[in-house]
Amino acid sequence: MKWINFLLLAVFLALMLYAATGLSNRGDASAPMNREFSPAGTPNAANFYIHNAYKDAKTPNIVTVVLADYRGYDTLGEVAVIFTAGLICYLILCKPRKNNETP
Amino acid sequence: MRLLNDDPITLLVSRFLSPFIMLFGLYMIFHGHYSPGGGFQGGTMLAASFILMRLTSGITIAQLQFNSALAAPLGALGVLIYFGTGFAAMVFGGNFLDYKFLPLAGLTGAELRAMGILIIEVGVGLAVMAILTSIYDNLLGDPDDA
Amino acid sequence: MLDFFLGHYAYWFILALLTIGLYGMIAKKNLVKKLVGMTILQSSIILFWVSSSSKWNATVPVIDPNIPDAVAANYINPLPHTLMLTAIVVGVATLGVAIALLIIIYRDYQTLDENVLIDRMK
Repeated sequence: MKWINFLLLAVFLALMLYAATGLSNRGDASAPMNREFSPAGTPNAANFYIHNAYKDAKTPNIVTVVLADYRGYDTLGEVAVIFTAGLICYLILCKPRKNNETP
Repeated sequence: MRLLNDDPITLLVSRFLSPFIMLFGLYMIFHGHYSPGGGFQGGTMLAASFILMRLTSGITIAQLQFNSALAAPLGALGVLIYFGTGFAAMVFGGNFLDYKFLPLAGLTGAELRAMGILIIEVGVGLAVMAILTSIYDNLLGDPDDA
Repeated sequence: MLDFFLGHYAYWFILALLTIGLYGMIAKKNLVKKLVGMTILQSSIILFWVSSSSKWNATVPVIDPNIPDAVAANYINPLPHTLMLTAIVVGVATLGVAIALLIIIYRDYQTLDENVLIDRMK
């Protein structure tokens, strides 16, 4: 039965390698995600952030401005996620449990 | 878990290195504006300095550096700083997390947004540091051997 | 042909890493080895996103006063870096919770092998 695992993974790898040939070249400045306007006509988010980060927040680091100012709501969700994970680790592991009793 | 209390090299080097790692972590939080860094990276370095002491000297001695009971309140304080900044912006007239309306004196426009980003990064760094240390304490930190 | 190869070889290596992680999750019986496979899968996804954000002859997304920011081809794309910061932290949180669950499973059933565990759970 182990050969079914290998066959499945080989088919998966072949499919992913074929799909990766459809991507544009790595480092191309005219790829669809690096252009000025998206295919729908709206301004592209990454170029907007590069052009306007220093003007809006006087901060040279574009990644910090995007993380904490333009997309600050997502960072709030992420801090909530890590706080919840820490709380889960405490609540699972620090209560005394016997083998056949439910708390 | 066998402790390394009888190995002088590890004890000495970890005790010497831990304050410098903490200092570098603090530097990374506050220089997130001008170089790669920011809240998450600096918070992880601070947690690494505490976990180094817990690994080499044992959990009982490392309580002198950072008490395990402090971890959950500090984590909640970090989330509260983040949420409180957004709420203060809402109270003083803007949208949620709109830094132009923060009540800091003497700053206008783009500099106010830079100061809002700094407050948020401090909150995030505090929360990440406290929670990573608390995860390590809960997984590995039973004080049954000194 | 050569620049097609130069533009795509990084993606092929990262997808091979993804398949190795998936192999670890599917084909191994020990629960800890499955977790290691999950971590390898996650690292490969982060590498894929970050490596796809590069541009030729461009510098890091920290604004230098000598390099004008009105031309967007001077700085690499900052958006995948931001999204992957969140992904790394979420991965650490998931790993912490998974290891806590493994500790509880070992405490209750005294085994970490998948088939023995299913037998003991009946």
